[in-house]
Amino acid sequence: MSDITKQSLTQLIENIKNKKLSSTDVTKAFIDRSEKSEELNAYITNDFTSALDKAKKFDQKPNFNLKLPGIPMAVKDLFCTKNIKTTAGSKILNNFVPTYESTVTENIWNEGAILLGKLNCDEFAMGSSNETSFFGNVQSPIDKNLVPGGSSGGSASAVAGQLTPVTIGTDTGGSIRQPASFTGIVGLKPTYGSCSRYGIVAFASSLDQAGPMAQNVKDCALLHEVISSYDPKDSTSIDFKRNNYSKELTNNIKGKKIGIPKEYRVDGMPKEIEDLWQKGIQNIKDCGAETIDISLPNTSYALPTYYIVAPAEASSNLARYDGVKYGFRAKGENLIDMYEKTRSEGFGAEVQRRIMIGTYVLSSGYYDAYYLKAQKVRKLIKNDFDEAYKKVDAILTPSTPSSAFKLGEKTNDPVSMYLNDIFTVPVNLAGLPGISIPAGHDSKGYPLGLQIIGKAFDEQNILNIAYAMEEKINFKNKITDWWIK
Amino acid sequence: MSKKDSEYLINRKDNQYEVVIGLEVHAQVLSESKLFSTSATKFGAEPNTQVSLVDAAFPGMLPVINEFCVKQAIKTGIGLNAKINKRSVFDRKNYFYADLPQGYQISQFKDPIVGEGKVILDMPNGQKEVGIERLHLEQDAGKSIHDLDPQNTFVDLNRSGVALMEIVSKPDLRSPDEVNAYIKKLRSIMRYLGTCDGNMQEGSLRADVNVSVRPIGSKEFGTRCEIKNVNSIKFMQMAIEYEANRQVDLIEEGKTIDQETRLFDTKKNETRSMRSKEDAHDYRYFPDPDLLPLEVSEKFIEELKNDIPELPDDKKKRFIEEFRLSPYEANILVSDIDTAKYFEEVVAKMGKNKDIKLAVNWITGELFAVLNSKGLEISQSPVSAKNFAILINLIKNGTISGKIAKTVFELMIDGDKDPQKIVEEKGLKQQSDPKALEALIDKIINDNREKAIEYKQGKEKLFGFFVGQAMKASGGKANPQLINEILKKKL
Repeated sequence: MSDITKQSLTQLIENIKNKKLSSTDVTKAFIDRSEKSEELNAYITNDFTSALDKAKKFDQKPNFNLKLPGIPMAVKDLFCTKNIKTTAGSKILNNFVPTYESTVTENIWNEGAILLGKLNCDEFAMGSSNETSFFGNVQSPIDKNLVPGGSSGGSASAVAGQLTPVTIGTDTGGSIRQPASFTGIVGLKPTYGSCSRYGIVAFASSLDQAGPMAQNVKDCALLHEVISSYDPKDSTSIDFKRNNYSKELTNNIKGKKIGIPKEYRVDGMPKEIEDLWQKGIQNIKDCGAETIDISLPNTSYALPTYYIVAPAEASSNLARYDGVKYGFRAKGENLIDMYEKTRSEGFGAEVQRRIMIGTYVLSSGYYDAYYLKAQKVRKLIKNDFDEAYKKVDAILTPSTPSSAFKLGEKTNDPVSMYLNDIFTVPVNLAGLPGISIPAGHDSKGYPLGLQIIGKAFDEQNILNIAYAMEEKINFKNKITDWWIK
Repeated sequence: MSKKDSEYLINRKDNQYEVVIGLEVHAQVLSESKLFSTSATKFGAEPNTQVSLVDAAFPGMLPVINEFCVKQAIKTGIGLNAKINKRSVFDRKNYFYADLPQGYQISQFKDPIVGEGKVILDMPNGQKEVGIERLHLEQDAGKSIHDLDPQNTFVDLNRSGVALMEIVSKPDLRSPDEVNAYIKKLRSIMRYLGTCDGNMQEGSLRADVNVSVRPIGSKEFGTRCEIKNVNSIKFMQMAIEYEANRQVDLIEEGKTIDQETRLFDTKKNETRSMRSKEDAHDYRYFPDPDLLPLEVSEKFIEELKNDIPELPDDKKKRFIEEFRLSPYEANILVSDIDTAKYFEEVVAKMGKNKDIKLAVNWITGELFAVLNSKGLEISQSPVSAKNFAILINLIKNGTISGKIAKTVFELMIDGDKDPQKIVEEKGLKQQSDPKALEALIDKIINDNREKAIEYKQGKEKLFGFFVGQAMKASGGKANPQLINEILKKKL
């Protein structure tokens, strides 16, 4: 049975279609492994019993024309799932059961997948190590007491640890790509407007995007083609022609021009990251593509810009969690007292910090200096990419400035935690697609990732480049099953 | 206080003060569904039965603009002779309240959908132009109900998310009477357009009133106070009177006026402080990232322009020119769209040989009196325009006298009866046959020979006696004009 969970999504689908495996076999295998993996703390809520029922139902009346026929899948607990508790990793939603389904998960179930459970994440997706979750930190399958990254830490841990064949996360400033990089898997942040935000607990509306996380590029492409859809229920969803990304996937990237931005060579970046990047550049050349040095001059402003825009939106988005309508409510003497107690007890420290930052930057007298200025810089950052894309087809950078760190290592230093997102946030600010692929290991044997940034709506191109590089890199994730007794 | 013409001034000792008023009118958009959700907007529904997940701000729910509400706002803008902005932006106005589920109201702050415009008021001493600063779309909040339980507040979210148009005037109004005329004019325009039903009892129209005073002749504005959420014209006028006098008293005492938000207490007829400028909310406005800027094309606006009906000002002009009505009469007929509709239908049904003046007199006289006494709107008139027109024609062509017509009208009210039939059934037709009337008069003169002689000898007063006798003899149906003529000839 343990073999089953090692299989890629593509293999599982093939085996189910060939009737070598039933949905029940596959679902059981992932449930078994998930149950043995409690120490990872990847799940907040499991739905194993009903998953097995659904798998049995599928096997009785299989539909092999579906894209995810009888495939079990756990998803980040930021996606609202009908009749299944959805917490966003927060105490304030600890008792919240939606009566509705997010569009992206709906798309997944419509293609035959089966919900295994809801995966741990940083509270309201605010964090880079999955340590802000009300439901406790997540362990990385790479090593004990290592963070899986965040905010989609449970998702990364579950895919790398083979508790789910693939999953979906959300990415506001790197929340898919950074944990993917930390755990040696593939993670795609699609173009803003590619995947519907309907039914996803909002963090920062102008930056949030759902995206796939998988063992390999092909699986990632397949899951992306399932979740990406135009959705009139999301006013920022964009109606463009979507590809069959997995079908049109090719490793032929000859003649592609790949930009190497000098500003991503930041001070204090470990040599092994620089080496990884150089290897990636060589690798891409070996695939027949051409690399070109480019400049993205406003890169250094991306992080401060992000930490104004995202908290500003979050401070407003999280106002609805007030104890009045749903979720946690603390007793109070009066309305104001109830608000204060509910939100003080219901939100964790990092969320409160960001609400305060956001409230501050939007306050009258500070709005122009912070929020408005940040919006202007955001435009400049986007212009940088637009300029670069006149010369190149995609951009190659490291995914993170370092490999995964130990639990607790950065919890008392928010700014150093924020620095994790330095290579990923510009992509969100510009609304572009970015993919992180595993590209090597550091001296400790921890995975390192490279990021390929594409033009808007050009997911196919970066998937192709990732696919070609993946073949050349031939990365093997070192999963020791350390947590399984 | 002195009023000369329509000037409204406040007098104290040697000083005279002018009152400066600006209004922020909140008009509920006439729409089946809410501004950003598909929930119904019916008034008076059971609490919390018209609430979607979006209206209740469930996690992950997103607003989607209702195109119909956008059209309604643009139409209103056109009706206010205003600039339509092709690009407008929805902002979030952030504050906490139990009946505000999102923790913010989606409104338009910097870039409203409608810019500057104007409306014309007909005041007793002439026309007055009032500038419109802007019109923007926003969501209404829910309703907190504090008096159902000693411990708890209940919240009804039926109104939550309902589309409102906030229409902001320039500080151009100078008296309670002008405020009255302004609100009525706005309501009239929106009812013509079908963009707001203007029903103040149901809260479809309410206003924040900004009041300041200044010594007459002064060019600078005084410090203003905003009186929040006043929901009847009468209360607005009372609030302004009170507030203006309060401010003048402060100035006269050498005190300063604090810029603040005040509430009008309708029971005590006074305004009182709600919060000072220092305590004013910081709403932290910023563009709603869930919504893209709203962009409308020239074509979209043009199509709506073609859809605009004749509005009160134009209708008034036409009534004066086409029907030779006085401005006063025209005003009465156009101010309410249903009155105008009724009148025009009557005119149409009267056919070629019509007496419009007579129709107007009867509408503003008899019909209004009946509606008033029965508490009905003209749209609920017990007499249809068709039968009303027949009645007027019966008077006009001499079939019945004006006096008989009143009797007929009384009978028509019950079940919208055809006046022609009433006249026939009751035998009320006017006697206009000169021969028959001559015979009738001959008999009367014969029977009253002595009086006839007295008349001839100069007792002219007796003429009335003979008219009365003739009318009596005819059962009131004789054509009074003919009677007059024949009597003059015969006596």
